[in-house]
Amino acid sequence: MIFLETKQLTKRFGGLVAVNNVDFAIEQGKINAIIGPNGAGKSTFFNLISGFHPPTSGQVIFKGQDITKLPSNKIAELGVARTFQTTNLFEQSTVLDNVIVGHRLRTKSTLVDAILRTPRLKREEAQCREKAMEVLEFVDLQHIAHKPVAGLTQEEKKRTAFALALATDPEIVFLDEPAAGVNPDETEGLAELMKKMVNKGITVCLIEHKMQMIMRIADKIMVLNYGEKIAEGKPEEIQNNETVIKAYLGGSASA
Amino acid sequence: MTNVLKQRNVVIILILFALAFPMMTSNTYMIHVMTLSFIWMIGVYGLNLLAGYTGYLSLAHAGFFAIGAYSLGLLTVKAQMNFWLALVLALVITCSIGLVVGAIALRTKEHFFAIYTLCLGYIIYLVIDKWDSLTEGVRGLIGIPAPAPIGPITFETEKAHYYFVLFFLLLVVLIMYRIVHSLSGRTYIAIRNSEDLAQTIGISTKTNKLTVFVLSTFFAGLSGALYASFVRFIGPDIGSTNIVFDLLTYLLVGGIGTLSGPIVGTLLIVWLSQLLQDFQQYRMLIFGPALTLLIIFAPRGIVGAVATWNMNRKLKKYPNNQARSGRSRNDSLVKSEIVPEKQVKEG
Repeated sequence: MIFLETKQLTKRFGGLVAVNNVDFAIEQGKINAIIGPNGAGKSTFFNLISGFHPPTSGQVIFKGQDITKLPSNKIAELGVARTFQTTNLFEQSTVLDNVIVGHRLRTKSTLVDAILRTPRLKREEAQCREKAMEVLEFVDLQHIAHKPVAGLTQEEKKRTAFALALATDPEIVFLDEPAAGVNPDETEGLAELMKKMVNKGITVCLIEHKMQMIMRIADKIMVLNYGEKIAEGKPEEIQNNETVIKAYLGGSASA
Repeated sequence: MTNVLKQRNVVIILILFALAFPMMTSNTYMIHVMTLSFIWMIGVYGLNLLAGYTGYLSLAHAGFFAIGAYSLGLLTVKAQMNFWLALVLALVITCSIGLVVGAIALRTKEHFFAIYTLCLGYIIYLVIDKWDSLTEGVRGLIGIPAPAPIGPITFETEKAHYYFVLFFLLLVVLIMYRIVHSLSGRTYIAIRNSEDLAQTIGISTKTNKLTVFVLSTFFAGLSGALYASFVRFIGPDIGSTNIVFDLLTYLLVGGIGTLSGPIVGTLLIVWLSQLLQDFQQYRMLIFGPALTLLIIFAPRGIVGAVATWNMNRKLKKYPNNQARSGRSRNDSLVKSEIVPEKQVKEG
């Protein structure tokens, strides 16, 4: 079943066409991957879907609703979460404090609630804290919930960023290079975590450069090069696709 | 838990000290200086909420301070309005102007926001200075009344005025404490930390930033109105950029983005400059280098430095971290320098 799809999605930055006419359908309950050489437009593609950049033309459709023109916070409310290449966490604060705010979008208390410390605020604070602990347990970080982010390993920071995205109660998460800068053992752990998300009913779409991992866990792969979709299919199809090999290795594939 | 108890004790002791201060000295000048520093603190809190907790450094706040002061002054002196009504109206006027200005200013970010608001502050100063028929221009406003008595309580003496201002300061601190420790506060900190990340987790950065901007002009306006009724005379100078840099200095020394920073910074600098008064303009020879060193070595001010030190101690408590404790300590020091700024993000 098609869950989220892009139709002729295009983004131009001046003369540069970063994303060119990309049609892509993300299937529910699967791990969808986007790969491609550096500068292929993968991150821009994510930014278009999550509402950071308005596309030059084309559409993004989520569960039948056109979300092309929605601001990113509204898109998040609909259940689309994302992480960044750089985790952007608040280093001085603890893991738990970083994640609590992730559930803010599901709460209603205002500044007036804050100043008067109303029962609604107290209830919602408890709710956010509970949610944060729940997702920290899910990503297996509950033991360092009270540790400042500054002292975490790269892998733990990635997990914290996952937790923050999960705290928004998403139906689909976009992960931008989740395994960048972590060692092979840890990459394995993160791959397991992504499978765990899918088992929980959350659709995953990721950008990644670690081919071994991608080929093993992805159900569907799209390859971008110079902003254009050059291939799409199951991992084995992509591995044997000549255009893809050419894009990665350059020159003629037979050489 | 012990930490919380300790914190509560410190707060109680500080409040008791503040309450007892006028009785400990018969020197009205000391009470006068203390009252003034309380008034500044309220303004610094306004700046702190916006610059420290939300990451938008506004240099227009002397302007809002002056708007608060002049609104109160004009309404009481020229319109002969009751003091309390004028106070409420002054705050409404400041916030309304803050709302309009904020909606425009917040279209910019980072350095551009700082420069834009610096210009705005200067325009506000110019308007006050040149609009003779309304503000009396350089002659200033004279004879602003003290707060009208509430029943048997009058505010004519220095001591009474001290308690009057202290009441508002405590109220502001309480409001700040509640905001910072609420979901709203977490929202603002998330915006300061990374606006992009904040948006992806569903935070409407526009609405939140505007709310904070208006609230911070409210504090600045309150501070200005209290100043006007305390000093009884105001001139256009109170809207000059010098004032906003004074406020900013108090905030930086105490600790930007910390709850007690405004109190620590303001008290320290106000009293230090009183002590160094004999040196007159040479004071700046001491202040300048001291401030520069502070920014280099303690970018989050005195309170921030203590907090960082505490955090590093906390980090060490995690045994699995000991091998890397040296590195992570350096990490956190480096990171703490860029807290108020936005981290550079990749798409």
